Amino acid sequence: MLDLNTYKVETKPDWCPGCGDFGVLNGVTKALAMLEIQPKNVLVVSGIGCSSNLPGFIKAYGFHSIHGRAVAVASGAKLANPELNVVVTGGDGDGYGIGMGHFVHAMRRNLDITYVVMNNQIYGLTTGQASPTSEKGHVTKSTPTGVIETPVNPIALALVTGATYVARGFSGDPNHMAEIIANGIKHKGFALVDVFSPCVTFNKKNTYEWFRERVYKLEEADHNTMNFEAAMRKAHEWGPKIPIGLFYKTERPTYEDEEPALKMGPLHKQPFPKAEDLKPILQTFF
Amino acid sequence: MKDGEVTLRFGGAAGDGIASMGETFAKVCSRSGLHVSEYNSYQSAIRGGHVWLQIRAGEKKMLSQGEYADILVPLNAQTMELHAPEVASGGVVIYNSEKLKIRDGLLKQGVRGLPVPATSTASKYGKNPIMQNVVALGGVIRLLNMNLDKLSGVLQDTFGNKAKAIVDANIGAATAGYDYVDKNFGSLNAKLNFTETSRPVMSGNQATGFGALAAGLKFYAAYPMTPASSILHWLVAYAPKFGTVVKQAEDELAVINMAIGAAHVGARSMVGTSGGGFALMTEAVGQASMSETPVVIVESQRAGPSTGLPTKTEQGDLWQAIGASQGDYPKVIIAPSNVRDCYYAAGEALNIAEKYQIPVIILVDLYLSEHIETIEADDINLSVPIERGVLAGPSNGNSYARYAVTETGVSPRAFPGEAGHEYVATTDEHDEKGIIVSDVLAGIPEHIETRRRQMEKRMSKMNYILKDIPPPRIWGPEDADITLVGWGSTMQVIKEAVLNLGEKGVKANQLHIKYLMPFHAKEVEETLKKSKRVLDVEANYTGQLAKLIRAETGFNIEHRLLKYDGEPFAPRQIVEKALEVTQHA
Ligand SMILES: Cc1ncc(C[n+]2csc(CCOP(=O)(O)OP(=O)(O)O)c2C)c(N)n1
Ligand code: SF4
Ligand SMILES: [Mg+2]
Repeated sequence: MLDLNTYKVETKPDWCPGCGDFGVLNGVTKALAMLEIQPKNVLVVSGIGCSSNLPGFIKAYGFHSIHGRAVAVASGAKLANPELNVVVTGGDGDGYGIGMGHFVHAMRRNLDITYVVMNNQIYGLTTGQASPTSEKGHVTKSTPTGVIETPVNPIALALVTGATYVARGFSGDPNHMAEIIANGIKHKGFALVDVFSPCVTFNKKNTYEWFRERVYKLEEADHNTMNFEAAMRKAHEWGPKIPIGLFYKTERPTYEDEEPALKMGPLHKQPFPKAEDLKPILQTFF
Repeated sequence: MKDGEVTLRFGGAAGDGIASMGETFAKVCSRSGLHVSEYNSYQSAIRGGHVWLQIRAGEKKMLSQGEYADILVPLNAQTMELHAPEVASGGVVIYNSEKLKIRDGLLKQGVRGLPVPATSTASKYGKNPIMQNVVALGGVIRLLNMNLDKLSGVLQDTFGNKAKAIVDANIGAATAGYDYVDKNFGSLNAKLNFTETSRPVMSGNQATGFGALAAGLKFYAAYPMTPASSILHWLVAYAPKFGTVVKQAEDELAVINMAIGAAHVGARSMVGTSGGGFALMTEAVGQASMSETPVVIVESQRAGPSTGLPTKTEQGDLWQAIGASQGDYPKVIIAPSNVRDCYYAAGEALNIAEKYQIPVIILVDLYLSEHIETIEADDINLSVPIERGVLAGPSNGNSYARYAVTETGVSPRAFPGEAGHEYVATTDEHDEKGIIVSDVLAGIPEHIETRRRQMEKRMSKMNYILKDIPPPRIWGPEDADITLVGWGSTMQVIKEAVLNLGEKGVKANQLHIKYLMPFHAKEVEETLKKSKRVLDVEANYTGQLAKLIRAETGFNIEHRLLKYDGEPFAPRQIVEKALEVTQHA
């Protein structure tokens, strides 16, 4: 395990004191340290939101992109250089709202990317509107009479869309979270790690206490992580008991493995074409 | 029929094989030493509807597809009705007499109908109705006194990887058509000299794809959209062997963001789309500029607004390109003017993008993207220059400032994987190291200054780019009575109009603008002020270039020829307008 200081930067996180995202920052950093991945070989990509500020607080390469596009940016980066460890970090609005399309497609592609979603069931940065994971009835700034829609179930969605590693963490348990993030990074394929990361300022409903009363670990519950149907049943458990940990893991070739252009290695390392190699193409036009 | 050239038109329904007929004939012409310019007028329908293709072939460079056909090959009754009356005097309609009739009074004086029993002739070589097209092509070859072997050669190359029986059937059908015309009609008196000089025949999109590949393109993403899709199709056929990823993504948002991700880690990246897809991309165009990530966007315009006319041409997106994304930021807009230009514009755009770490938009349109023309064989230099701009290189142990303020605005680039340069590219305003100054640092005096300096750093790139790109030049006589102004794909047709005006004794010249952003305001203003009369020629409703010129120079172009019907200009339309302007003034 590398020293956690390996990933330390001067910039202090600007989250509200007590924000769940501190736990995720610790979890991601610890996971990288556990896997002994050098900062130069990590690319942390995010969108926009409180949570999406995370790349600025880790010493590594990063791309703090625009709202909802982190997974797309990360997909391009991974395709261009599969040698990088690409980790996407962002919010529930970023990933399950405006960025939902990219999320779904990245999973069916099975790119070898780890996606850590700081799911606080609220739009934090924009001061407390409903998010796609806000529970039905949740009163927020934009839903004064309560949310009418059914929330997105990211775990179930990931399962049906073809993610090959589907897990959930909780900021109240950063060591457990670090473990599942590390396993997600190690996993060859798309890994979703949805994290309950309470927004202490704008979500007065789904608080640390609320989760502490409910969460239990799948690792301690005799759950078969290779059984898709069992994972699906666990994905729908929401109420007095809510599971965290690994729901499902399977092996499938990654997109990078099957992409013909990558047979010769990362794109940026491949030579530019030579004139004589291009000549046969020119001939096709005659 | 004009000496030294001939114009053909094939027409039928979608699915009749019109496009491949055109391509085959274009290659036969090219292998016979002729130049061609082709335009395929098709519809957004996969089957049925009405499609026609015009091809003009001649000894000189053909600057447009021309207007009236000398030879019409109608494959259905609708084509006969719509196009036969337009055939030029001295021309012919060669048609399948077992399927079509020419009713009385349909043809102009001096136009002949040439009936060929194409159904029964073709049936000897296969059941596929496309065989009738091959019979017709054989007939056309005979009419023009061309060499049948050239047609057989093209068919051989086209079907060569299929069964020998297919090749033989095609050549048989072509020969039968040739022989029938030989026996019954002989040749037209087209005055064409054939040579053994063969030239490449290319579409603008093929040239763009090829140019980008030659210039080291490593990542291309697209979402299907006419008229940009053929770049995707062409690249995916050739590029992966060169270690270039070609990716169809889930939407245009993904397309450009993937390309930005790929560019961030060091791959030369490009995307292709049309106006609607570009509208979706715009937020990320600003992202590329703010994060200083090089990316090239090919925007092939089609007739808008909205879904508009998906298979028709227009130059209606200039201001969309200029105005794309929020805020002020550096970007370049290049509008190549012909197929050859597309080949080099791709490489130039990739170079500018990497040298200045900005988005570069290549603005083409359906006409330029899809029409095919011959270019000179030595027009295509396969060793195009590749410039990657300033790179940080190995770390010297000092801390790295990705957005270091420099005189040119360009800061050395580093790529993930390099030790010692770890940084975060950000779309929030940031300091030299990439640390965001948008949240808890915003509005603090020191960082009000940071913001000002970063804005100025980014924008200063534009001054240097303007020096890198050549200003537009007048083509034609200096002391002309009229100057025709245009941009992009209309260069050649305006040039043809200028030549035609010269033949009519009207001195005309041309100012064609290729670089729309940054803009050579000084040079354009000086040139236009010297002109006696100026006519703006554009394929849009509001005169978008004229508006830009006025914004940049204060010069108001009084006369305008604006076309927004979706069809490309014919030289005659420009000539007539120019005559009107010169005579009224
Ligand atoms: C295109 C676009 N739309 C809207 C916004 C405003 N915006 C910024 S963050 C955000 C939502 C953030 O919610 P989430 O992703 O859950 O992150 P959190 O702040 O809760 O961590 C929104 C709507 C934006 N930046 N860009
Ligand atoms: S507003 Fe909520 S999500 Fe944002 S930093 Fe504060 S606690 Fe965290
Ligand atoms: Mg949120």
